[in-house]
Amino acid sequence: MVSGRELCRAGVAAALAMVLPMTALPGVAAADPVKVGLVSTLSGPSAVLGQHMRDGFLLAVKEMGGKLGGQETEVIVVDDELKPDVAVQKVKGLLERDKVDFVAGVVFSNVMGAVAKPVTANETFLISGNAGPSTIAGAGCSPYFFSASYQNDQNHEVLGQYAQQKGFKKVVLMAPNYQAGKDAIAGFKRHYKGEVVEEIYTPLGQLDFSAELAKVAAAKPEAFFTFMPGGMGVNLVKQYRQAGLADTIPFLSAFTVDETTLPATGEAALGFYSGAPWAPNLDVPANKAFVAAFEKEYGYIPALYAAQGYDAAKLIDSAIKSTGGKLSDKEAVRAALKKADFASVRGNFKFNTNQFPIQDFYLVKVGKRPDGKVETMVDEKVFSNYGDVYAVKCEMK
Amino acid sequence: MSTTLLLVQVLNGLQLGVLLFLVAAGLTLVFGVMDVINLAHGVQYMLGAYLMVTATALTGSFWLGLPLALVAALVLGLVLERLVIRPLYGRDHLEQVLATFGVILFVNEAVKMIWGAAPLSIPMPEALSGSIRLMDGLNYPVYRLALLAAGLLVAGGLYVLVTRTRSGMLLRAGATNAPMVSALGVDITALFAKVFAFGAMLAAFAGAMAGPILSVEPGMGDGLLILAFVVIVIGGIGSIRGAFVAALLVGLIDTLGRSFLTDLLKLVLPPSDATQAGPALASMSVYLLMAGILFFRPRGLFPAPA
Repeated sequence: MVSGRELCRAGVAAALAMVLPMTALPGVAAADPVKVGLVSTLSGPSAVLGQHMRDGFLLAVKEMGGKLGGQETEVIVVDDELKPDVAVQKVKGLLERDKVDFVAGVVFSNVMGAVAKPVTANETFLISGNAGPSTIAGAGCSPYFFSASYQNDQNHEVLGQYAQQKGFKKVVLMAPNYQAGKDAIAGFKRHYKGEVVEEIYTPLGQLDFSAELAKVAAAKPEAFFTFMPGGMGVNLVKQYRQAGLADTIPFLSAFTVDETTLPATGEAALGFYSGAPWAPNLDVPANKAFVAAFEKEYGYIPALYAAQGYDAAKLIDSAIKSTGGKLSDKEAVRAALKKADFASVRGNFKFNTNQFPIQDFYLVKVGKRPDGKVETMVDEKVFSNYGDVYAVKCEMK
Repeated sequence: MSTTLLLVQVLNGLQLGVLLFLVAAGLTLVFGVMDVINLAHGVQYMLGAYLMVTATALTGSFWLGLPLALVAALVLGLVLERLVIRPLYGRDHLEQVLATFGVILFVNEAVKMIWGAAPLSIPMPEALSGSIRLMDGLNYPVYRLALLAAGLLVAGGLYVLVTRTRSGMLLRAGATNAPMVSALGVDITALFAKVFAFGAMLAAFAGAMAGPILSVEPGMGDGLLILAFVVIVIGGIGSIRGAFVAALLVGLIDTLGRSFLTDLLKLVLPPSDATQAGPALASMSVYLLMAGILFFRPRGLFPAPA
């Protein structure tokens, strides 16, 4: 019953979608602005990640005079509240009411899991500014989905590969006890072949890690790897330093020490490692300009989320430019997006067959800038031109 | 599993317990004495931490910042009592839950607007920033020991306050039969306001003290609030002594469960199953404890006299 009614509604929507552009077509290029729906997490404890992404995206649009591809652009920012159901509702509003040309953003994979289908089924391009779940990179890939970020496993793989290269024989791994935490551990183990002496799963949202750190000290590993996003990571970093482990056991991490948490951890994180496709000091001209402009505009150091948001806007800009603003020709837009013809702040950036990036990944280390602020800095390149392992499962051409 | 590691983990458990006690003490007073379910107690803990961030930044010192933050928390507690809690006395618990839940949403957003969404931190006081080597490769921050001591001191102080002073007597009397105390000429409204503000200050003290080891962020009190409710239910609602015993019990069970359950399970299960089941069981352990205690003592370990 319900599906029948929904089908009916979809039919009406589709009919409207076909009629409306035709009636409006003559004036399109001149009057109708390009509409982009920017979905980000802007409330709740993780709001700071979404704030970085939004600011990065809006900075790019502002720098181009409020235009994308030379056309007036309206960016509609919506807050997904980190709730998949809320996100779906708001995205449907973007698609049906606002009739956006692109949906961009999405910080968290569970939100992406909920919104990817409605957007791509509507034949609207979805440009991920962060989340890159394995399902969408693999068998569930879509011609309407492009990632301007990375595939979720990759940042963890960087640390696993580094630990392997360094010849660390014994490691302890720790992550929160939920899907992303388990993915992190699996990602680390993909390239690491040494012994995992201890695999610790903590409840999501845990504040005090003293018990776990005592276990780490007792296990005496050669390195410690963790995925502990947000405030949990801040706690862990400070407590790791206070427990004196920072001086003896290298702290390898992903999404734990970055520019969203460094303001809180400060110098406690000095010398801690992370894996990423980008760092504020990455030596690429486009990046230098971006970081300087971002700090001037917002007064804080951009994190990876900001860089990806910025790149997502540049990617959309390049596609609109290349198609001459004719966004109704979906195939042409897709071909234009696939070229990735923009100056990425990551330098090396092109699309794989699954429309996820092929890019370089770095081991980054927390260091102090000449002006006394701390940020992640490129330490060494771990992967060159690296695509994700799920691309082979994607049957798209 | 060495004895040293076990001792370290017991210490960790006690320290978590003391932190829980500081939060639960105020909650149990407000619940027991005033019969108000105050879900906003967690945000008072958070506010304490945020006020401490500002106070230490203003004064440049932990020791000057602490009393400043506590006074500010006390005042905010009085304001909250006047605006939100007072109209709720004698009302249905559900209405209290709704109203104080609204306060959580409001304060969490307000904090984000004032201090920003990014986690903040409180610098550790110079005098307590050292550490003691407890076992090979592990230092124990002196600050954590100080936190433990501070919690024990507060517990002792509260015990004396409630059982040995005139205010404590009124407090107990008010809890047993408020209309009667009122009829004897005691201003019960003022007493409740004081109790509420005092509870808010205790929570703020916990937040301010936890700041240097934990991150200060919006919503930081929400998780702790649930544990605090577990503590006061186990301890017996309204009982400070119960809250103290239950907080230590919960702290120990939680910490030891997290530390050793996976290893224990490995003795009987294949390692991969143990790493799956261990953390799940560990996060359940506190609630299992609560269910077990309530089965044998439905009104908690130290029920207040009826």
